[in-house]
Amino acid sequence: MAPDDELGSDTDCDKPDCSEALHQLYEYIDGELDEARRADIHDHLDKCGPCLDAFDFEEELRRVVAKRCHDTVPDALRSRIAAQLQLPPDA
Amino acid sequence: MADQATFAEQAMPFMDSLYSAALRMTRNPSDAEDLVQETYLKAYRGFGGFQEGTNLKAWLYRILTNSYINVYRKKQRQPDESDLAEVEDLFLYRRIGGAETATRSRSAEDELLELLTEHEVKEALESLPENFRMPVLLADVEGFSYKEIAAILDIPIGTVMSRLHRGRKAMQKSLFEFAKERRLVPEGVESGEG
Repeated sequence: MAPDDELGSDTDCDKPDCSEALHQLYEYIDGELDEARRADIHDHLDKCGPCLDAFDFEEELRRVVAKRCHDTVPDALRSRIAAQLQLPPDA
Repeated sequence: MADQATFAEQAMPFMDSLYSAALRMTRNPSDAEDLVQETYLKAYRGFGGFQEGTNLKAWLYRILTNSYINVYRKKQRQPDESDLAEVEDLFLYRRIGGAETATRSRSAEDELLELLTEHEVKEALESLPENFRMPVLLADVEGFSYKEIAAILDIPIGTVMSRLHRGRKAMQKSLFEFAKERRLVPEGVESGEG
């Protein structure tokens, strides 16, 4: 994507491009940016290893949080609700 | 009656996710069950007013949230918003990934995240003050958009974003404390502000 640039060196993200990208990190991983802004950050991540690493980490954390927070309705509650709504129990 | 069948077909599949959310809100299985039951009853009665083709899941979550606020919240002491410390950006990453632990590889970071238990993640989420817990729950666990979250919680999108941001960072701090207790992070990595 960015043949004119080397992959970023392994320093902390302190360049203006980096802080601009990091500022919108959550909007980026939440899929809330418009096409143009999304593409800008995508380009930056192609060029900047440290930023890419940080973005990947946050995405992975979001995935882990989602995965750990799922519970299953007790059967008794499911039946109770179905009965109250006068539905067949397997509905 | 067609409505009844339609409601069942469309709303029943969301029960597990509504129950999970109710547990995070009430932190109590028996209250969570009551809350889900009440939500389904209200939704069923109001289903005639539901706009076909709009977002049923978001609508159910709105009913769940309002029921929770009206009934269950009164029973609990709520942590104050000011109890939520300001946490720096990339709090967890800077401690278990990133420059300070340069020897760690991407997969080592991912493995560490995988070691976080269900109990730890739930506890970190549930300990957030409610104003912050709800946006994080709706975004991270349920995948709602900012616009949907704003509609469910009846707050402006800007408020959704700032609470989500602060809530996520506070959660990272709790997760880091859990990881430290279990010695999952290298000795000498401190939780102090950078």
